[in-house]
Amino acid sequence: MPVEILMPALSPTMEEGTLSKWLKNEGDKVTSGDVIAEIETDKATMEVEAVDEGVIGKLLVAAGTENVKVNTPIALLLQDGESADAAAAPKADADTPAAAADSTGGKAREAAAETPVAAKVPAAPKVDVAADPDIPAGTEMVPTTVREALRDAMAEEMRRDPDVFVMGEEVAEYQGAYKITQGLLQEFGDRRVVDTPITEHGFAGVGVGAAMAGLKPIVEFMTFNFAMQAIDQIINSAAKTLYMSGGQMGAPIVFRGPNGAAARVGAQHSQDYAAWYSQIPGLKVIQPYTAADAKGLLKAAIRDPNPIIFLENEILYGQTFDVPKLDDFVLPIGKARIHRPGKDVTIVSWGIGMTYVVKALAELEKDGIDAEVIDLRTIRPMDLPAVIESVKKTGRLVTVEEGFPQSSVGDFIANRVQQEAFDYLDAPVITIAGKDVPMPYAANLEKLALPNVGEVVQAVKAVCYK
Amino acid sequence: MASRNTASVSSRKTGSKSIDEFAPGAIVEFDRDQELKAYREMLLIRRFEEKAGQLYGMGFIGGFCHLYIGQEAVVVGMQLALKEGDQVITGYRDHGHMLACGMSARGVMAELTGRRGGLSKGKGGSMHMFSKEKNFYGGHGIVGAQVSLGTGLAFANAYRQNDNVSLAYFGDGAANQGQVYESFNMAALWKLPVIYIIENNRYAMGTSVARASAGVDFSQRGTAIGIPGLQVDGMDVRAVKAAADAAVAHCRDGKGPIILEMQTYRYRGHSMSDPAKYRSKDEVQKMRSEHDPIEQVKARLLEKGWASEDELKAIDKDVRDIVADSADFAQADPEPDVSELYTDILL
Repeated sequence: MPVEILMPALSPTMEEGTLSKWLKNEGDKVTSGDVIAEIETDKATMEVEAVDEGVIGKLLVAAGTENVKVNTPIALLLQDGESADAAAAPKADADTPAAAADSTGGKAREAAAETPVAAKVPAAPKVDVAADPDIPAGTEMVPTTVREALRDAMAEEMRRDPDVFVMGEEVAEYQGAYKITQGLLQEFGDRRVVDTPITEHGFAGVGVGAAMAGLKPIVEFMTFNFAMQAIDQIINSAAKTLYMSGGQMGAPIVFRGPNGAAARVGAQHSQDYAAWYSQIPGLKVIQPYTAADAKGLLKAAIRDPNPIIFLENEILYGQTFDVPKLDDFVLPIGKARIHRPGKDVTIVSWGIGMTYVVKALAELEKDGIDAEVIDLRTIRPMDLPAVIESVKKTGRLVTVEEGFPQSSVGDFIANRVQQEAFDYLDAPVITIAGKDVPMPYAANLEKLALPNVGEVVQAVKAVCYK
Repeated sequence: MASRNTASVSSRKTGSKSIDEFAPGAIVEFDRDQELKAYREMLLIRRFEEKAGQLYGMGFIGGFCHLYIGQEAVVVGMQLALKEGDQVITGYRDHGHMLACGMSARGVMAELTGRRGGLSKGKGGSMHMFSKEKNFYGGHGIVGAQVSLGTGLAFANAYRQNDNVSLAYFGDGAANQGQVYESFNMAALWKLPVIYIIENNRYAMGTSVARASAGVDFSQRGTAIGIPGLQVDGMDVRAVKAAADAAVAHCRDGKGPIILEMQTYRYRGHSMSDPAKYRSKDEVQKMRSEHDPIEQVKARLLEKGWASEDELKAIDKDVRDIVADSADFAQADPEPDVSELYTDILL
């Protein structure tokens, strides 16, 4: 049977084109790769190559014809022993590839465009997250800094699993730029505690590659500000590969390091990335406040088979909290913690934002306001049910974070609360964030750019109409 | 780290010559079986890509589609030097690499058409396919990203102290990306067993090497940090195999990374929507008629009497049948079930 040469689609969006010129005539012999015609699309003039050998039997569309639809037969190619007479007018029934194309991909797309999409999209699956493990009565609580808790978490997981290693700038011989990896080189050696050159983009990619090969890297960024150099590898390579591979290959990797403002380090070293990373499907994003959460969640993160963003904070590193003395203290990722139960108003925060909330509580108590404080701990997947449940009880919500205000994590929470608990709200949600400015250096301006305890108190009073 | 890696890997010396002794223009003479294997593998890629171009024209394949036609000798020659366990990673012009790694034509073609039987269940597309089983680590759409990732695969080999080698393919365009040099530096510093294969097909999309690169000898891109490099006729599968043998031995001996610049040529445009106006027809025609990698093998097979025209026709038919079968499958296979929308995001 003669082969039909069809009007080709020559770009992702092309629907029709002009057949400007034939470069072969009827009776010409062609082989695969020969240019047979020129076609003008809306973007360019393109050459059409023969994809098979044969003799041009009939030109079905004359040179100069405009608006030739994609998949229209434009010529017939005769195979060995066929004659032009046998090549009658082409059939355009369902057997031709052109029609077949229409009846599958093409039609599916049209149908999707015509009907309300919402009805066809399956719901996102709900994932139940286990509660925190019970801490047995009588468990010794050890005052521990966040710094020590993070180090202990890494050390315990490295003892447990030989595939876990840590890499980053100054993590080994220097003992960590912020001393988080103190002592790890001495215990685990330079095979598993690897100093890298100052090449964030490169070593993030090396880490992801090692993870794709089955190792479990902990990649330390000296600060997450520097991870902007590496964000392509984090998002395009680490977060998306599992999906793009149909579940065959993922990246069990933890990216960790200090995030957000420290003190007086200026605009390029002070950004909070919680909202950025929280937007990405395929990542989990953790931002702990207490030492116990830092330890339990970092251990969970290292064991998790997915890419994890673990946002620490330099100011919190030196703060001390009780950590339960247990052999293997692992917390669930994706579960918020009720920091303080209350009934009048819900305050949601996480990471360093919690420090403002905790200080505001004393003043709020003086004013007789009984606030429920939720420490999210994990930004993605977010424990929205915990927030919604609390708001249904209190009717009021304030969120507190240090990041920029536009498209902040608080904005997302406020939006979901108004969708899922609108009738329960007694006041507009107030989202407290950093100011909409690059971080200034001057001490007075820096203070103004960050949230403060007074703002939290004021916002809580406002939603309580007090 | 460096000392440990060197010690562990070099304990499995292959006894090969130093890379410095590699003669420019060296080839390995193939025996009949090798010639026939190379012919068949290259032909499979050629015919597959032609069919992919055809299906794109018919609207079965969407988005971007970058064909490997003309460059077949590179990946086929490299594969001939590998052993089980060695890893391969490349950029977006990846169909040839997947076929050469032994991934099924059906799986690749059905991924191109976005069907459930595709290697990524239809969720990856032309630029994003993987196979743990065949040690193929993608298929990456971000130019240069695979170089750092491939270095990471080599890191894992060094960490595990095995003697596997990682092959990171990229183009003359990607060779100007910053992370490539970050990766070179770490690979040289830690003596990682990685072969960087720069497929210099002369054009980064529409920009010729001369217009984009201040230094056009890509084999020397690692010179400042001591990574040796070889310039190879990437249109001659025997030259590719010779360089591959030397490079693989270099890596397995614990001598660290090596760069192979494969001088090759793509016959088609950068993608399906590229009219390729930045080069002359004569240039393309000259490469096709004088340097075609498949025709070279075919001519040798006939000249040496290792295969008759009929035998080669039979191979051609065999290959066409495989490709036709993959195209039929890729058109008949259903699209992914809608429930797949939310799967494979997290484990």
